Amino acid sequence: MRLTAEGLAARRGEDLLFSDISFDLGAGEGLILTGRNGSGKSTLLRVIAGLLRAERGAVTWHSSGDGPIRAGEACHYLGHRNAMKAELSVEENLGFWKSFFGDFKGGTGISAAEAADRVGLGGITHLPFGYLSAGQQRRMAFAKLLVSYRPVWILDEPTAALDARAEATFADLIREHLGRGGILLAATHQPLGLEGMRELRMTGFAGVAGEFGA
Amino acid sequence: MMSLLLRDLKLSVRAGGGALIGVLFFMTVVAVIPFGVGPDLNLLSRIGPAIVWIGALLAALLGLDRLFQTERDDGSLDLILMQEHPLVLTVLVKCVAHWVANSLPLVVASPLLGLFMNMSEVAIGAVAVTLLVGTPALTFIGAVGAAVAVSLPRGGLLVSILVLPLAIPVLIFGVSASYAAVEDPAPFMPPFLILLAITMFFAVLGPLGAALALRNASD
Repeated sequence: MRLTAEGLAARRGEDLLFSDISFDLGAGEGLILTGRNGSGKSTLLRVIAGLLRAERGAVTWHSSGDGPIRAGEACHYLGHRNAMKAELSVEENLGFWKSFFGDFKGGTGISAAEAADRVGLGGITHLPFGYLSAGQQRRMAFAKLLVSYRPVWILDEPTAALDARAEATFADLIREHLGRGGILLAATHQPLGLEGMRELRMTGFAGVAGEFGA
Repeated sequence: MMSLLLRDLKLSVRAGGGALIGVLFFMTVVAVIPFGVGPDLNLLSRIGPAIVWIGALLAALLGLDRLFQTERDDGSLDLILMQEHPLVLTVLVKCVAHWVANSLPLVVASPLLGLFMNMSEVAIGAVAVTLLVGTPALTFIGAVGAAVAVSLPRGGLLVSILVLPLAIPVLIFGVSASYAAVEDPAPFMPPFLILLAITMFFAVLGPLGAALALRNASD
């Protein structure tokens, strides 16, 4: 299993936000994107997930035996928004995503109740998602990654709104995922407490980001 | 896919789902007509099928903008776009769920409103049947508009205006089939079958167009 990106470039408005980004990740490897606000971390992650069209370059997923496929199908994407419905209970939300996602070849997900347990919120799956606090919602959104199997996790600021203990729980879950041969791509400001990750420092289009910040 | 259907149905009946808003709007529109037109029973029964159809058309367009907007607002749309199931199929299932939750109640409520308009039993039956066959076309047409306007805040009215020209044939053939059922010389089947054809045509084209628009709307 390999996730490869070759010569990626993406446009935001008129200018290229980044260009010529290439990487090659194999089983158990992770890539952390760092950089200032507006440097293109989220854009790069969305390009990899197939949600934004790359200006140049391509991302492909190779698995043993089959030809390369669209990378998005092998990925879990946890964006800024949690993709959970406030009106439905946590159990209904997780149950829906479990059956909608299905499992990618090579693994199986765990049940909704177990997944909630793993993120430390076992007893409250009957509550509507909207009743939970911001941090709890984020943890439940993370539980969504566990209910179905995908070899690649794409996490955009996964630890926003989280306390230190939840961060440690996340780091454990990520380590476990990598240990089983998964691949991680994450954009973050906080150190996730993971060792041996490769780091990609994004700079954005020099000068323009500064203008926006002022 | 079954889970998507069930989830959308559940969402539409929970608080804020808006399934009942359409029926309430439909009832309001049709119920005020007799007060505005006056107690001329012959006139009411003559314009009845047209009024009920217009009310149903407007009510069916009312909730359409939320079809993909709610998914986009909470980020679910991203995940739906990433999956390997064909997006066309996903859109079709969402349309079916939307129709069951929002348009089927209109069909069920139409006989009651037919009574308000002093329509005969045959006319009431004809309107209900033509609505049953015609409203899915409105949902499929509207899905394209909803997908095009998905990234626009307050795209609601825009969606209605975008899809209205395409919805007009549905209205024309729905109303003419309803009239044909009560007025003797005109045959019922030709306009009814054309209505059916329109629905089947858009059942294929609507999800295709909507899927294409959603793929290109990502930002």
